[in-house]
Amino acid sequence: MGAMDERRHSAVVRVTHWINTAGFFALVISGLAILVAHPRFYWGETGTVGSDSLFDLPMRFRFGHSGWGRYLHFLAAWVCVLNGIVYVVAGIMARHFRRELWPSGLQRVAYIGVVFGLFPLIVLTGLAMSPAITSVVPGLVEVFGGEQSARTLHFFFTDFLVLFFIGHILMVILAGFMKSVRGMITGDGI
Amino acid sequence: MITRRRLITGGVAGSGLVTAGVLAEHYGLIPPDHGGIFGVGETLTYAAQRVLMSGHSLAREFKREQISKVFPVNGDPPRTASYQRLLARGFEDWRLMVDGLVAHPLSLSLAELKSFPSRTQITHQACEEGWSFIAEWTGVPLSFLLNLAGVSARAKYVVFFPFDEYWDSLDMADAWHPQTLLAYGMNGSEMPTPHGAPLRLRVPRQLGYKSIKYLSSITVTDSVKSIGKGWGSASPEDGYSWYAGI
Repeated sequence: MGAMDERRHSAVVRVTHWINTAGFFALVISGLAILVAHPRFYWGETGTVGSDSLFDLPMRFRFGHSGWGRYLHFLAAWVCVLNGIVYVVAGIMARHFRRELWPSGLQRVAYIGVVFGLFPLIVLTGLAMSPAITSVVPGLVEVFGGEQSARTLHFFFTDFLVLFFIGHILMVILAGFMKSVRGMITGDGI
Repeated sequence: MITRRRLITGGVAGSGLVTAGVLAEHYGLIPPDHGGIFGVGETLTYAAQRVLMSGHSLAREFKREQISKVFPVNGDPPRTASYQRLLARGFEDWRLMVDGLVAHPLSLSLAELKSFPSRTQITHQACEEGWSFIAEWTGVPLSFLLNLAGVSARAKYVVFFPFDEYWDSLDMADAWHPQTLLAYGMNGSEMPTPHGAPLRLRVPRQLGYKSIKYLSSITVTDSVKSIGKGWGSASPEDGYSWYAGI
């Protein structure tokens, strides 16, 4: 007990971790399904085929996936946002961030940056693409430089999250994959 | 094991969900395509946005110099004989029908529509595919026609039938919204045929596919269950959500 107990993942951390994992995969896959309908990026308010793009992804336009893609994207976004609220509120109450994750070393800076930086930014750039939301809060899209800028930033923040995910998996492998995964499922032996 | 405590907790949680559902239905917070697993996300999004936008917020409007240079279109004008005949005669014989839960059904010519008070607005339109443009639109606010026809207090949806298959509907919040237009003009000229001549819907608080083209008739109703598959629009039948405020 004692020292080992201190290092157990709490039930809230474990449950929210796996819900977030499922939600993240669903968001990346459904995001790709939406993206491939128009794999070009612009800066400013507008952009179409026939106007200048910031950059084009080397792929052809694939239609017909954005419908289910969008349905799944919003379902998964709700799951991740509600789950994230539970994680952050429980983490503040249990002093999880201060005790275990408060910046000390690159890895912890990365975790704190994702939870309090990238995650809010990916949600805000997503909402900035909603004409309904920006009718209430126009500043939300203006602060990102326009609707197409928000879309482009949403794509970049996704790339950072995917890089973080790859780094996270590498760190888990370095720490011992089976032991770490078991620790995140049962809470034992991390 | 079912303990007394679990039974009570389950009962409270269950009746809480039922109460939430009844309240959401009463306040019009459940979209017609609420079925299935994706319907959960759709209902949360629609309900959250309807509560957030209860002040009838206006979509952003832009300056004339921000109007785009390119205005792409998806799809072709209807090939049906009835539409082609009207197009060939410059829509002289075209009429917009307004019926359903109204005191006075209407049949209006393009000239009559143009004689009504108009609104011109420069708004942003994003296609669900990802591209977008800014254009100027001129038309009659839908609210003017709804007042003219005398909409019943029972009305819950306004359904739009075009000459093609993409029928759609709006809830009353969007139907009465001042920026919801029946547009006959674009960028200072007549509505170009590929953009929806003679008359199209403009709903700037939703994605482009909600602003359907080539309008033929409008029906005010208290239920969309008997139209198509009952999902409020042709879009969900193709896998696209009825509500597109995003």
